Amino acid sequence: MKSRSLVSIDDLSTDEILKILDLAVGFEKNPVQKLLDEKVIATLFFEPSTRTRLSFESAINRLGGKIVGFAEASSSSVSKGETLHDTIRMVSNYSDLIVMRHPVEGSARYASEISSVPIINAGDGANQHPTQTLLDMYSIRKTQGTLDGLNIFMVGDLKYGRTVHSLMMAMSRWNTTFNFISPDELKMPEEFKLYLENLGLKYYEHSDFTDIISRADIIYMTRVQKERFSDPIEYEKVKNVYVLKNSMLANTKPNMRILHPLPRVNEIHTDVDSNPKAYYFEQALNGVYTRQAILCSLLGIK
Amino acid sequence: MKEPKQLSVSAIENGTVIDHIPAKNLFKVIQILNLDHIDSQITFGTNLESKKLGRKAIIKISDKFFEDEDINRIALVAPDAKLNIIRDYEVVEKKVVEVPDIIVGIAKCMNPKCITNYEHVTTRFKVVSKKNVALKCHYCEKITNQENMQIV
Repeated sequence: MKSRSLVSIDDLSTDEILKILDLAVGFEKNPVQKLLDEKVIATLFFEPSTRTRLSFESAINRLGGKIVGFAEASSSSVSKGETLHDTIRMVSNYSDLIVMRHPVEGSARYASEISSVPIINAGDGANQHPTQTLLDMYSIRKTQGTLDGLNIFMVGDLKYGRTVHSLMMAMSRWNTTFNFISPDELKMPEEFKLYLENLGLKYYEHSDFTDIISRADIIYMTRVQKERFSDPIEYEKVKNVYVLKNSMLANTKPNMRILHPLPRVNEIHTDVDSNPKAYYFEQALNGVYTRQAILCSLLGIK
Repeated sequence: MKEPKQLSVSAIENGTVIDHIPAKNLFKVIQILNLDHIDSQITFGTNLESKKLGRKAIIKISDKFFEDEDINRIALVAPDAKLNIIRDYEVVEKKVVEVPDIIVGIAKCMNPKCITNYEHVTTRFKVVSKKNVALKCHYCEKITNQENMQIV
């Protein structure tokens, strides 16, 4: 590897994570800093992702950087049959850093081995999405004042949701208690539970979405996606069980905040939006500050 | 009647004998060790009777001695293989293979969505379990276990 890339959250030491979160605090206070003047950042989105792309481009613009790239593979040379290898070799000649989203798993690690400039993985299929994890951690630390000793509830699709897996792994570096609420079909995979057991961290599994959330410091909601179910009847049974409504929040702790990687469909009722405990839109805004911090950190600017 | 004693494969003066290879994986072992590209005299026998493996294969390579890290590459296809190091027709050393910590370019990642199954990328795995071999892909981070393992 010729330069420092961010492919997986595991690539970062705990100190490096904290350094990025501290940098992000600075960008929240003062978002417009022309630190990327004269820098060209490539944003290669081989599959569309509105939120992640706009958040990165917003971060780059506020830092005064220039953007080259594409928002979907059909408008790039990929549609002519160019390999990822060749695309990355070429683009790393044109830019100082590459932000990449690609549907194939492991593509970001591979790109980081080919590229002469840093790669930021903005999602490689169902594998990793480390900038989402960092912005989630930023949101947790900002709302709770700490990353240590928290009780985190994860709700919905815990089997396939890469954001919950990465966040769980990252938060397991601190003394975190986890509560997993999901239908049986979408339970947290054994390998992750085993990981927590080996670390001596507590976790509890529930299939009912009830008053137990009164213990939560963070409720992390995810979408239960229809395509994950082999039996459509099973989906119909559970789709309205894991919906968070404002009435359920009455007994929750005052410091509790609700996070969601977005987009949501119906798993958080819109009547929650005006509750001060709803934090998902601010969470998305934190993504800009966090990505500013990641960009500057990888380029060695801050 | 006394059965005539016969060696299935003739003895070698100096070199390495690899025994207890599962018969079906003989050619994979040849491929992994690059035996089809070396100049030494090689004899092999296959479908030999073995109490342990059912049918085994054996390879004798004259004037060739392997480094441990090279020979351990066959652990995925011949986990019970035993090596006899021969000098002057005598066995001077016996070795067993050990599953290495990192496997490069031997196994295929079982994840159909992995980049190694899309582009020309040499596979690379971290061995996360040696007993029931489980490999974690360096690229897609998914686990390939023994039952699903395919040799490139």
